[in-house]
Amino acid sequence: MSLVTVMFYLMAVIAVGSAVYVAASKNLVRSVFMFFATLFALAGLYVLSLADFVAVTQVVVYVGGILVLILFAFMLSGRESLAVLAQQTNRLIAVNKLPAMLVAMAFFGLLAYVFLHARINDAPWLQEAAANQNVFTPQDVTINHLGVNLMTTYLLPFEVISILLLMALAGAAHLSRKEAEA
Amino acid sequence: MITLTHYLLVSAALFSIGLYVILSKQNAIQILIGIELMLNAAILNLVAFGKFDKINNGGQSFALFAIVLAAATTAVALAIVLNVYRRYKTIDPGKINQLKD
Repeated sequence: MSLVTVMFYLMAVIAVGSAVYVAASKNLVRSVFMFFATLFALAGLYVLSLADFVAVTQVVVYVGGILVLILFAFMLSGRESLAVLAQQTNRLIAVNKLPAMLVAMAFFGLLAYVFLHARINDAPWLQEAAANQNVFTPQDVTINHLGVNLMTTYLLPFEVISILLLMALAGAAHLSRKEAEA
Repeated sequence: MITLTHYLLVSAALFSIGLYVILSKQNAIQILIGIELMLNAAILNLVAFGKFDKINNGGQSFALFAIVLAAATTAVALAIVLNVYRRYKTIDPGKINQLKD
């Protein structure tokens, strides 16, 4: 068993385990913090898949941006919602969540069945990529190529997404401003 | 040897957990976390397949785009959640059942 395999299983167990904790925890703030662990483990999985720049972006944008935003909104939206939720979880734990759990399990079973039977590793385009040396190897420097591609092949999506980000931020600032009287 | 199937199974597990969170929680912010989990499962697939596209970098580029899109979505969604909380004093989506003021 090589180190890469060990790291993959470690990261996968951390990611799935902390995601389960996020889903199962009754303490909401703690579940938000466990989401940190999920995102970091996912960044580790990206590194193992030789996408280091995406991993760094994941840490910067998700952990640095989105989670802080979520915590911020969480603390602002206060006590009453937390209290209501605690009461509900005390009364009916299983009955409430059984259908959701069944749907999620069934969906996971379906996905796993499909993935295990698809034999994705013998897909023709993967073998073509391997034959054309189109596969990342751990010795490659990936960032140069990614930057050039972002500025040439994917220039239109890049510009579109920058405009969309601007619109979304302006909209969020507009939505969350203080109204004169509400 | 880690193959694509391993990545696919991890992302299927994350996606299902996100689905469960969305279906079972009564708190808009936790539902948002479920959506983020599902998005991350999709991004993991993009990255895992992107390993086999060294020349065009398709998977990794669109993983970056998806991360940025998720950030934009979250910012707007949290602004809406704050507004809803200000108006209804709750963020349980089941209790917000009217559109008028």
